[in-house]
Amino acid sequence: MENFITNMIAQCSWLQSLPKWVVVFGFQIFFSVLILFAFVAIFAMLAGYVERRVAGRIQSRIGPNRVGPQGILQSLADGIKVFLKEDVVPTAADPILFRIAPYFVFVGMFLAFVAIPFSAQWVISDFNLGIFYLLACEALVVIGIVMSGWASNNKWSLIGGMRSAAQIVSYEVPVSLTILMIVLWCGTMDIQQIILSQGPMPWHWHVFQNPFLFIGFFIFFIGSLAEGNRMPFDMPEAESELVSGYNTEYSGFRFIIFFFAEFANLYLIGAIVTILFLGGWQAGVLPEFFVSIFGAENPWIVALIKNFTQLFVFQAKALVLVFVIIQLRWTLPRVRVDQLMALCWKYLVPISFVNLLAISFWVVFVPEIGTKITAGVMTTFGAIIFIYFFYRVYWQLKFSKAKIRMNPFS
Amino acid sequence: MSYLGNIVSSVQTVFEGLTITFSHLFREPMTIQYPDRTPIPVKDTLPLRYRGFLDVQTDICTGCTLCQKACPIDCILIEAGKDPELGQRVMTRFAVDLSKCMYCGLCTEPCPTGAIRFTREFEAATYDVKTLVREYILNGEKIVPYKAPKK
Ligand code: SF4
Ligand code: SF4
Repeated sequence: MENFITNMIAQCSWLQSLPKWVVVFGFQIFFSVLILFAFVAIFAMLAGYVERRVAGRIQSRIGPNRVGPQGILQSLADGIKVFLKEDVVPTAADPILFRIAPYFVFVGMFLAFVAIPFSAQWVISDFNLGIFYLLACEALVVIGIVMSGWASNNKWSLIGGMRSAAQIVSYEVPVSLTILMIVLWCGTMDIQQIILSQGPMPWHWHVFQNPFLFIGFFIFFIGSLAEGNRMPFDMPEAESELVSGYNTEYSGFRFIIFFFAEFANLYLIGAIVTILFLGGWQAGVLPEFFVSIFGAENPWIVALIKNFTQLFVFQAKALVLVFVIIQLRWTLPRVRVDQLMALCWKYLVPISFVNLLAISFWVVFVPEIGTKITAGVMTTFGAIIFIYFFYRVYWQLKFSKAKIRMNPFS
Repeated sequence: MSYLGNIVSSVQTVFEGLTITFSHLFREPMTIQYPDRTPIPVKDTLPLRYRGFLDVQTDICTGCTLCQKACPIDCILIEAGKDPELGQRVMTRFAVDLSKCMYCGLCTEPCPTGAIRFTREFEAATYDVKTLVREYILNGEKIVPYKAPKK
């Protein structure tokens, strides 16, 4: 990178007129944005495709399978179609707010990616208030959503925007309290430190450390779903009530931006839950193992292999969570607004307060060995639930006497 | 105690729901990918007496025009007359306008030989309604009507 930039400066005369740090930062920002944008775009396309295929199979359909091999290019076709639509701005809409609102949503999502560590070294910015920063980015998104709802000058959009605001403000409380639990548990707000305080194996993960963190995991997961407007909490865009919620009036490129933000958020939920509770990129001995397999000597290559292994471990966990979120969407019906609020204020908030108190006591009074014992017990419990899940799936298949088709592409 | 009960029942039902939807990933989809990705053509899966397009087997048609008279909406057109070369009556045109046909089957009933009958073809979508007029005697052929052998 250093050599590359020096070369660039030597070749371009207009770069020489700038101070060197400006050029270095400029390039770093440029490439980070480029890589992240490519990642988000590809993820949004693939997740859109996978979501529709999974939805199809869950509803005994097949899903898109005509565009490209097995319909893999369907998202691309849809993207091109939306892109070519006329960009309509309603006459009565607030012209400035309507135009900038999507960018607030998108920038909010995008800024959160800056603090996500994909591996031990691959993180754009690792700073000591990382987790706090993620919460702050979430707030920027809600500004964008309310702005788009208000600026559209359409009652459905406005109701969608207000619902989103109410939802995020309420669910921020249990989510923040749960994050506070993690912060108390590891004694740091630095995301890399939080990951380092866990380990590669399930019994090192925060989720299985003790019963309170186990409950906290589910509270955080539910709260993130609600903050991200995912089913079963997608009140802001409830199709059956609000047409499409806050993005009703949008078309063309601005609609794509909302769409991207939605899928970026889907990934973010998976990634943040992985970081806080499921050990992040911790891969244990795998990186050393792969390095020895390839017999790499060059420190550059060694670092590359190590980081790639960690990246894959991280992505695997995050994508499993993304899959669970997608599956939840096609499993549960949408909740009512009053149920949404009741769930938050009557259940999640009190439970997370109790959790927070319990964790504080635990951190102060319970010795190391006690945590080891509960970690073992909780991991066994988690494993039992996991196995029982698949046993139930097997039972459902047997009970319904359905014809089995294991091939997902058919 | 309904507070704890609510928590327990919601956890249980969500868990159960997830197992059901997960099991659906391994079930066979119900979709029939009509028209091009079916194991056998859909036409062949229909019952034998399905009322699809009409078909006329011209070599056993007696040219009696009973079907033409039976049709309540005049879809069938038969042109027949004496041919000077052969010195006998021949049919020169037998057309059925499938765009008008309502598949009532009244034409098939009086036919003495069963020459006019239903097939299982049903895909009538077309860009031009005129293509739905089916001609059963092509290229100006002259069909000598069938005569049942004397006993
Ligand atoms: S099926 Fe009915 S409508 Fe069709 S040609 Fe025969 S008599 Fe006419
Ligand atoms: S199809 Fe049957 S009813 Fe019609 S003209 Fe021929 S023999 Fe007569």
